[in-house]
Amino acid sequence: MSERPDPETLLRRARGEEERANRAKLRIFFGFAPGVGKTFAMLESARRLVGQGVDVVVGAVETHGRKETEALLEGLEILPRKKVPYRGRELEELDLDAALARRPELLLLDELAHTNVPGSRHKKRWQDVLELLEAGIEVHTTLNVQHVESLNDVVAQITHVLVRETVPDSLLERADEIELVDIPPEELLERLSEGKVYLGDQAARAGQSFFRRGNLLALRELALRRTAERVDADVQTYREEHGVTDPWPSGERILVCIGPSPGSSRLVRAARRMAAGLRAPWVAAYVEVAGVAPIGQAARQRLDGHLRLAESLGATTVRLTGVKVSDALLVYARKHNVTRIVIGKPTHPRIRDLVRGSLLDEVVRGSGDVDVHVISGDEARPDGAREGKPVVGPVTEPQRYFSAIGVIALTTLIAAAIARVAPLPDVEMLYLVGVMVCAVSFGRHASILAAGLAVAAYDFFFVPPHHTFAVADARYILTFAMMFAVGIVISALTHRIRRQESEALAREERTRALYDLSRDLAGAYGDARIAEITARHASDSFGGTVAIYLPEDGGTVKAAAAWPVGGRIDPNDIGVVKWALEHGRPAGRGTDTLPGAGTFCTPIRAGAEPLGVIALVSGAPDALRPDEQGLVEALGRQAGFALDRTRLAEQARQSALAAKAEELRSSLLSSVSHDLRTPLAAITGAATTLRDETGLAADVRSDLLGTICEEAERLERLVSNLLDMTRLESGRVRLNEEWVPLEEVVGTALSRLDSRLRDHVVTTELEPDLPLVSIDPILIEQLLVNLLENAAKYTPPGTEVTIAARMTDGELALDVLDRGPGVPAGQEEKVFERFYRGTHTVSGAGLGLPICRAIARAHDGTLDVVARDGGGAVFRLRIPQPESRPSVPPEAPQEQP
Amino acid sequence: MTQDGPLVLLVEDEAPLRKFLRASLSSHGYRLLEAQNANEGMQLLTTHKPELVVLDLGLPDRDGIDFTREIRGFTDIPIIVVSARGKEEDKVLALDAGADDYLTKPFGVQELLARLRVARRHAGRARGTPPAQVFEAGPIKIDFTRREVTVDGREVHLTPTEYKMLALLAQNAGRVLTHRQILKDVWGPAYVAHPHYVRVHMAELRKKVEADPARPKWIVTEPGVGYRFRDRAQP
Repeated sequence: MSERPDPETLLRRARGEEERANRAKLRIFFGFAPGVGKTFAMLESARRLVGQGVDVVVGAVETHGRKETEALLEGLEILPRKKVPYRGRELEELDLDAALARRPELLLLDELAHTNVPGSRHKKRWQDVLELLEAGIEVHTTLNVQHVESLNDVVAQITHVLVRETVPDSLLERADEIELVDIPPEELLERLSEGKVYLGDQAARAGQSFFRRGNLLALRELALRRTAERVDADVQTYREEHGVTDPWPSGERILVCIGPSPGSSRLVRAARRMAAGLRAPWVAAYVEVAGVAPIGQAARQRLDGHLRLAESLGATTVRLTGVKVSDALLVYARKHNVTRIVIGKPTHPRIRDLVRGSLLDEVVRGSGDVDVHVISGDEARPDGAREGKPVVGPVTEPQRYFSAIGVIALTTLIAAAIARVAPLPDVEMLYLVGVMVCAVSFGRHASILAAGLAVAAYDFFFVPPHHTFAVADARYILTFAMMFAVGIVISALTHRIRRQESEALAREERTRALYDLSRDLAGAYGDARIAEITARHASDSFGGTVAIYLPEDGGTVKAAAAWPVGGRIDPNDIGVVKWALEHGRPAGRGTDTLPGAGTFCTPIRAGAEPLGVIALVSGAPDALRPDEQGLVEALGRQAGFALDRTRLAEQARQSALAAKAEELRSSLLSSVSHDLRTPLAAITGAATTLRDETGLAADVRSDLLGTICEEAERLERLVSNLLDMTRLESGRVRLNEEWVPLEEVVGTALSRLDSRLRDHVVTTELEPDLPLVSIDPILIEQLLVNLLENAAKYTPPGTEVTIAARMTDGELALDVLDRGPGVPAGQEEKVFERFYRGTHTVSGAGLGLPICRAIARAHDGTLDVVARDGGGAVFRLRIPQPESRPSVPPEAPQEQP
Repeated sequence: MTQDGPLVLLVEDEAPLRKFLRASLSSHGYRLLEAQNANEGMQLLTTHKPELVVLDLGLPDRDGIDFTREIRGFTDIPIIVVSARGKEEDKVLALDAGADDYLTKPFGVQELLARLRVARRHAGRARGTPPAQVFEAGPIKIDFTRREVTVDGREVHLTPTEYKMLALLAQNAGRVLTHRQILKDVWGPAYVAHPHYVRVHMAELRKKVEADPARPKWIVTEPGVGYRFRDRAQP
C-alpha cells in the first residue's frame, strides 16, 4: 500500500467532491424506533436554520397530534398538500410539483420510507426525495432503522414484525449527514406508557410486542452500528483525502449466488452487510443452466425481484449461463478477482446430491483461494426440474399425463397385434419408442410416467406369466431396470435438447433484434429516418405500438416516428416521456417511476445526455420483464449511437462549410482587390479630371462621363457576382422554387442582356409543349444571364448563340450552345473554378461560371460543358423535376358583366 | 428651380444618395423634403403633405415595409420604395403592403423620373380623372367599352381571363403589379397562393399580343416580383 492514494481513487474522489459541492444536500434524522423524537429534532434544527436566514419549507410533516411538535411547526412555511382521490377517499400527499416549483433552499419531509398514494408520480417518497435533490433542493428527512433495506430481515427476526416499507441503502450512502436521534429504551417505554408515541400502522398492529425492552435494545444497537459504519466511511474518506495510509485490506470482492427461491433475499441482504462491513464491491449472480427448463412465471418474478433488490442495495447483477452452476460461478469468480463467494445452505434431501452432485461441494472444492460463505435460507441451484415447466404443446399438465398413458396403451395394442401375427423378440424396444414419443410431445414429467407405465405394461402383458405382474424369470428384473433407465435418459436428453433449442432461439432472437437494428441504422442518416427504423424494430421485437420522441426547443417533445405508422401513445403519457428524457432513466409501466402509466419509456442515449425516448405500448397484457426492458434499453443505445453519429456528421459538415466559407473569403479578398481597383481607378481619374481641368473639349468631357458610367456598371456587376457567390457558397441560399413557364425566365434573361448580345444571333429552341418547371426563377435567370454573357464575351461577333430546352427522363434539360472557340480540351472542369479566366484579355473576375454551377447544385442539378459538333461549346444544365405537377390553371371565375 | 413644382418626400439615410437625388430631382422641377429616418419622414409627411414619397426600405430606425403599411393607413399618397438587388421578397412585401412601385439600387435618374411620372399620373386618375375608354401602347389597342383588343389593327381573341389580365395591366401601365395583386384582382382573394396561374395565362397572353414572345416588348417580367405593362413614356 503506497503512502499516497492511487490516482484513480483521487480522481474518483475529486469527482465525488465536485458532485457533492454541486448537488443538493440530504440529511437524515435516524432513529431506532418510532417515538425517539426524530421529527422533533428535525423541526428544531430547521427553526435554527430559519433563524440563520435559510429558506425552509415544510413539505410533509406528521405531528400525530403531539403538542410539542405542533408548536415547532408554527411560523414555518408549510406547502399545501395535494389531495389525491383513492378508492372513494381523499388522501393527502406531498405535492411534488408544487415543491419543485416553489424551489425552497431546504424542504422538510417526514418519513422517508413512506409509500405514496397510488397514482402519485413515484411509488415511494424516497424517489420524490431523489427528484428534489436532483432539482437542487436540500432535503431533511426522518428514518427508522427497520426501514433500511439491508437491515429489514434482521429487524424482522428480532421483532417478528415484517416491515414492508423499505428504503434502499444507497440513499443512506447518498446522505450527506446522518444524525442519530437516540434516547435510552427505558425513556422510550416511559413515553409510550404516557401515550406520547404514535405507532405506525405496522407497528400498531404488532402492538406491544414490538416495544419489548429486548427488541428496543437490539434495534438501538442496529441503529448505532449503522451510524457507526457511516462514520467509519466518513473517516475513511477523510483519511484518503489527507493521505493517511489506508488501513483497508483492499481488493475484496464478493459474489453472491442467488436463485428464484424465496430465501434468496436473505442471501442478498447478508451479502450486502458483508460488503458494507468490508467496504467491498459485490456482485449478485444468477446462473441459467443450459439444458434445464426455464423457470416458471412466478419463479421468474421472484428472481427478478431478488436481482432488483440486489441492485437497489448497490450490487452489480449478472446473469451467467453455463452447463453447471458451480463451473459458471467459479469461472466468473476467477475472472473478476472475487475473494468471497456467498452461497445458500442446501435444503434438499441429501440423496439428490448423491444423484446430481452437490453445488456446495463443487464450489468449495473448486474455490481455491476464494473464501466460501455458506448462509442459511437459500439454495442457489436454479431448480428447473422443480419449478420449470417443459416447453411443449399448449396442453395442460393433466392432459399430458393422459396423453402419455394413451401412447403406452396404444404401444401395448400394437405390440399385441404384431405378436399375434409373428412373435416379436424385442417388445421392449417398441415401448422405448413410445417413451420417446412422449418425451418429444408431452414433456419431461409425462415421459417419466410413460417410462414407468411401459415397464409395467411390458411386465403385465408380455413377460411370462402373462397378465400378472409376477415375474417367472428373475433376469427380467434387470431388463425392467434397464428399460426404465433408458426411458428416463431418453426423456432427459430429449428434454434438454428442446430446452437448449428454445433458449438458443430466444437468445438468438435478442441478438438478431440488435444486429438487425444496428445494420439498418448503419446506413441511416437523419433523425426522422433513425427514429423510424428504431420504432419499427422495437415494435417487431415486442409487438404493440412504439413511438420515438425527440426533444424540441422549449422543453417539449415531438414524436419523430411511430410504428405501426400513425400509431400513438396515450397523450396522458407524454409526461412519462418527458420524465424519462429529463432524468435519463426508464419510467412508466413496469418501472418504479409512474408505474400507473400504460407506456414504458426508456431514454435513447449515446453519452450522458439523453437524445430522445423510446415509448412502448406493449401488445401483451404483462409489463415488460427486466430482461425485456434491458433489450429496449439496448435498442435505445443503438439508436443513440446512430443519432449521435448523425449529429457529429452534421457538425462536421457545418464546420467544413465554415472552413470553406472562410477560405473563400480570404481568396476572394486577395483575388478581387485587383478587379475592384481597376474600375475605381478609372472612375476616380475621370471624375477628378472633370473637376480640376477647366476648358476640356465637349467631346472629351462626354467621353470621361461615359467612362464613369461604364466603370460604375462594371463595378456593380462585379459586386453582385461576389455577393451571389458568397451567398451560394455559404449554403445559406434558400431556394424559392416555383412552377414557372421556362420561356418567361428565358425572356427575362434575354431582355436583361439586350445590349450586350446585340452583336450575336440569339435563337431559342424551347420544346413546344414544355410543361411548367419547378425552379427558382431568379436564380435560373441569373444562371442564364451568366452563360449568355460568357458566350457574348468569348465568342466572335456575328456567331450564333442558341438556348434549347426540353424535358428528358423527368429532368429539365437546358443547353446554351455557341459557335465560339470552345473550351480547350482538359479545361472542362477548370472553367467552373473560381477566378479562372479563359484568356486574360477578357475582363471579369472569373466568377460567372462558378456561380452558375452553384445555382445548378442548389437545385440538385448539374452543369457541365462539352465540345459542340462542328465547333463551339455546349453548356448543359440538368435539373431533376418533381413527379407531380400542379393542376392546370383554371380560367378566372367570371362575374356578371 | 420652380417654387410650385410637385413636393417629394425623400426618406433615405445615405447622404450621398440624398445628394444625388436632390440634385437630379430639383433640376427636373421637383421640390424636395429630406428625412434621414422613418420618424423624421412621418413628421414631414403629416406636416407638409407632400405629393409623392420615395422611401428606402433599409432604414436604420424601423422596417420600411411596416412604415409603408402605416402610411397607407391614413393616405393613398404614391410611395416608391428603393431597395438593393437580391431583396425581391422585400419588394413584393412592400408592394403588397401598398407601395406603388419600386426601384432597385443602383438606378439611373431617368428611371426614377419615369417612376415618379407614372405614380403621379395614377394618383391623378385616382383623384377623379375619368379612365380612358381606349388604351393604346405601340401596336396594342384596347377598347374597354367593347372589350376589344387589336394588335397592329388585327383583332385578337383573348379568353376572359387573358382579357382581364391585359386590362388590369393596361390600366396600371408603367406600374409593376405583383403576382398576388393580379391573382386577387382577376381570380379573387382565395387564389393568391397560386402564382403559376398568372404565369401560365400570361405566357398565353404574350403569345397573342407580343411580336416575339421570347423577348416580350410590352408585358415585361419583373423577376421575382411580377409584371409591368411598359408605359409609353418609358424607354
